[in-house]
Amino acid sequence: MTVLSVLWFFLIFVLIAGYFILDGFDLGVGVLYPFVAKSDEDKAIARRAIGPVWDGNEVWLLTAGGALFAAFPAAYATTFSGFYLAVMLVLFGLIVRAVSFEFWAGDATWRKLWDVCFFLGSLLPALLLGVAVGNILAGIPMDANGDYAGVPLLGLVTPFTLLTGVLGLVMFMAAGASWLAVKAPEDSALYGRAAKLRMPLQVAALALFVVVSVYALVGIAPEMAPELGAARVLFAVLAVVALAAAIVLGKGGVKGSLPAFLAQSVAALALVGLLACSMFPNLVVASADSVGPAITLMSAAASDLSLTYMTVILCIGLPLVLIYHVVIYRTFRGRIRKEDLAH
Amino acid sequence: MDFLSDPVLLARLQFALTASYHFIFVPITIGIGLIMAIFATKAYRSRKPEDEALSRMWVKIFTATFAIGVATGITMEFSFGTNWADYSRFVGDIFGAPLAAEALFAFFLESVFLGVLLFGRKKVGRTFYLVSSWLVWFGSCLSALWILIANSWMQTPAGAALSATGDKAIITDFFAAAFNPSTLSRYGHTVVGLLIMGAFITMAVAAFYLIKKRHEQAAMKMMRVGAVVGIVATCAMLVTAHSSAVIVSEEQPTKLAMMEGMYDSEVPPLYAFGWVDEAGQEVLTPFAIPGGTSFLATGTWDTEFPGLNELAQTEKYADVDVENMPVNFVFQSYHLMVAMFGAIGLCVVLALIFSRKNARVKKMRWLQYILLICPIFPFIAIQAGWMTAEIGRQPYVVYPSTSGPDGVYLLTADGTSASVTPVELLITVVLFLVVYLLLFVGWARVVGKFIAAGPVYEEAEPAELVASFAGAGAGAAAAGAAASTASAAAATESAASGAPTGDAAVEASASQEGGDR
Repeated sequence: MTVLSVLWFFLIFVLIAGYFILDGFDLGVGVLYPFVAKSDEDKAIARRAIGPVWDGNEVWLLTAGGALFAAFPAAYATTFSGFYLAVMLVLFGLIVRAVSFEFWAGDATWRKLWDVCFFLGSLLPALLLGVAVGNILAGIPMDANGDYAGVPLLGLVTPFTLLTGVLGLVMFMAAGASWLAVKAPEDSALYGRAAKLRMPLQVAALALFVVVSVYALVGIAPEMAPELGAARVLFAVLAVVALAAAIVLGKGGVKGSLPAFLAQSVAALALVGLLACSMFPNLVVASADSVGPAITLMSAAASDLSLTYMTVILCIGLPLVLIYHVVIYRTFRGRIRKEDLAH
Repeated sequence: MDFLSDPVLLARLQFALTASYHFIFVPITIGIGLIMAIFATKAYRSRKPEDEALSRMWVKIFTATFAIGVATGITMEFSFGTNWADYSRFVGDIFGAPLAAEALFAFFLESVFLGVLLFGRKKVGRTFYLVSSWLVWFGSCLSALWILIANSWMQTPAGAALSATGDKAIITDFFAAAFNPSTLSRYGHTVVGLLIMGAFITMAVAAFYLIKKRHEQAAMKMMRVGAVVGIVATCAMLVTAHSSAVIVSEEQPTKLAMMEGMYDSEVPPLYAFGWVDEAGQEVLTPFAIPGGTSFLATGTWDTEFPGLNELAQTEKYADVDVENMPVNFVFQSYHLMVAMFGAIGLCVVLALIFSRKNARVKKMRWLQYILLICPIFPFIAIQAGWMTAEIGRQPYVVYPSTSGPDGVYLLTADGTSASVTPVELLITVVLFLVVYLLLFVGWARVVGKFIAAGPVYEEAEPAELVASFAGAGAGAAAAGAAASTASAAAATESAASGAPTGDAAVEASASQEGGDR
């Protein structure tokens, strides 16, 4: 266990957290889209709320995937090939979703189709990513080479992984509702619906978080690194406090929208932090019936030289990425006005 | 139907399908990205509404194409893990870093400034907007660099060694790996090819308007820009194609042997075309220039290169099964690419000559029709070239190149995912076919609409989107405003009466002819 491999273990989760927070809200908007965006104007506002930023948000997933490939090739190979059909469903979702923005704007007669693609393309990743996390936490059967040895697709669905999937989905939806409440014009029907849905979603997220945690501790009882016990408690408390704060702040009406969204984001960060501290040093846990051992940061890490280069790349790249994000979120800050929709 | 149960063949088929499809849209994106940036610059300088309109049309075509390139690109990044798990385990120490770097350095840059291009025209200054369009193009070229670094490393590995355990490659020198023997020549060769693609699409759009006798002035602007970019890129192609071929002849002997159909060692002649009789192990062709390929590769007419039979005897290429090598396929795709270059050169020279000051192309129907279909030539060249490169390295996925480190190579058959069954592969191949067909139709419809609408003046444009609000009542006033500005624009163009609704306004300004006589 080298210092660099430990660093990269946590950096992977930092990238996942970036994805969970940023693409989280725009996937959530996509899932909520058919329920909150009734009129053409609602739809245009919802799409405009994420239009300039969704693509950059999604790059966090590609970065996390690339970084996992580079830093822990064995973990990348096992999860992507082992979760094959699930990954493909996520992929097809992301594909039809990515084109649905431009094609919707440019092709008025096929809008219904691209609306469906937008919704399904958001729902599939939002649900299945949580299922995947449930699997690597609860453990999967592997052969000696580290390849998944269970039943394709259906073998990945258990009560626990379904629960983690739904928790993920509800977190995405709560973030989506919170973001719409930040961006939609105050007097729009969309704002009203988003603000109304936000609280129940946050309460559901909180309840699911408690259920999943209890289930994990009692039913799964994963081996967790004892030295990170304090950090786990800290992140769990932070998640609860942040979600509670998001609920309270959301009651503050229009002014509370942005603070509520930020609190929601902190909760997402806390969940990923908790996951990282619960997994450490495992990347993929082996189930009881597994032939092959768990994939850990020790067994999967790339060479220290490779991780050194990756660290240099990240040190140059990450500040640039943050600058780009400041540029784009500043340029499109504030609520959407009706005149913004015209171009 | 044996191949339906062969996981290696199915995995290769799927990769070939998704990679070639992705590589339809990437060349268009990078190619017309430059065109878009050029027109953005022209509009920035001249401040003329007609230049602005032209710039906006290319932004729209670019962004719709970019979207499909992004969407199909996610497949490629995932596919190493999903379909090529053992490959990923073998190369992860080296191959993962350029992919991560591509996302960090290129994808974020592209996506953020694309957001500015799409939604920021009224939010940011003119200079910022112009810089954004160049940055998006720069980002897409940077993305191509990282992925070609990764791909070139598979062709000519460097800066790596076999691990002590012997089951994976370990990086020893990042810069040697990144700038391996073929990176720069292959990057140059690829990007120049993509720029030709962009130039030819521009000329085709221009030819379309000339045939329809619409937007003729804008069409001539496009034709000239396309022809100039095209001729520069075509000349540059001579250099990059040559350097790529030289690297292949030095580093990848079995690929060279397949490209020229060499079973036995010989001084390779130059074939314009031919047919490889794989059973008889000879090239059937009516004529050949003796020593021609030798001259192109080395500058001498009498350098002998090893044939497949001799190479298969060596320890390095012992895995080469001569009888099952796709020699004719590689020969044909390579010679098809070269033949297409001839057609490309002819098209671009004609376009350049007849689009000069007196714009004779306006009256030359035959040339207009040739230029309308001309993107097919770079399209075929790009696909055929890519197949030459990738099928030519078989049976290896990581090729044991001449200067490559000992032991750092992998057979394609040893790179697949053991946990993925042929049934799963078949399901996803079918799904890819369905989804990608849908994407293509959607893209063609949207881009077709943008081209049909043409470089219309700025104020008329929001009409289409605003029209969708008209039904909801919210945007009725705005639609009316758009319609009146559209008809104002129309009035300056000497046709079209006032258009009643937004959609009709676009149609009106789109269909009215000779707008910019």
